[in-house]
Amino acid sequence: MAGAELTLGHYLAVSAALFTIGVFGIFVNRKNIIVILMSIELILLSVNINLVAFSVFNGTIMGQVFAMLVLTVAAAEAAVGLAILVVYFRNRGEIAVEDVNVLRG
Amino acid sequence: MALIAFYILSTVVVLSALFVVAARNPVHSVLWLILSFFTSAGLLVLIGAEFLAMLLVVVYVGAVAVLFLFVVMMLDIDFVALKQGFQNYLVVGALVALALLAEIGIVAAAATFGGGETFNPNPGAPTNAEAISRVLYTDYLLLFQMCGIVLLVAMMGAIVLTLRSRPNVKRQNIAEQTGRKRKDAVELKDVRPGQGI
Repeated sequence: MAGAELTLGHYLAVSAALFTIGVFGIFVNRKNIIVILMSIELILLSVNINLVAFSVFNGTIMGQVFAMLVLTVAAAEAAVGLAILVVYFRNRGEIAVEDVNVLRG
Repeated sequence: MALIAFYILSTVVVLSALFVVAARNPVHSVLWLILSFFTSAGLLVLIGAEFLAMLLVVVYVGAVAVLFLFVVMMLDIDFVALKQGFQNYLVVGALVALALLAEIGIVAAAATFGGGETFNPNPGAPTNAEAISRVLYTDYLLLFQMCGIVLLVAMMGAIVLTLRSRPNVKRQNIAEQTGRKRKDAVELKDVRPGQGI
């Protein structure tokens, strides 16, 4: 078997697939904002896999430190996003994001 | 052996990510999300990034996914109605996804098919956690503290957003309680015989 070893390309392929699924999820679930937030998490996960794969491949630890930064931002984004979602549900009684075009409290 | 483990893990990651997007019930979506986080942590262990893998499990599975689960269960939503437009958006979404995958694939193929770059672990190198901790508190100290500030601001933002003051709810007012004096509460009355107050 030719490529009997783990290469960088393998990880880039998984990461590309995850990123694409995340974007696909945002396009398909236009109404359900919870699944949109989860798709964003998937995209950030694929970015993390990419960063770590390149970091290990290059032998520099910098990429993993940046991956930690991405992890932090992902956690913060999830917290604030879900807080906005809870407030929106409290005001409107539903979470269909197609109707979010009224800019008033 | 690593290659077999990689194929198993990556198949699970991609399939569970697909189920996250396609699941009918958002609770199932969150559970699939947890599975994909776990298996991608396994992928990271495979190339020797143990510290990031554990961090992924702790932060994503322990905090983010559970947060999602709580919110999904707290909100009382008609999830069937939210799935209505799924068929309509499927074609557009699939087209966009295919175009994106093709673009990424072209770039990745151009970048990687020159020579099969393999991961070569260095036996004499320090462990992953040690290597990270050597630079995290020295070279990237500012970055690390900025992470803390980001989390602090996010926490304050979430609290401010979800805080609400409901009227008609009896609450304990500590300042009012401790600021109470004897003369506010007790009043001496001189009651004459045969009369009321």
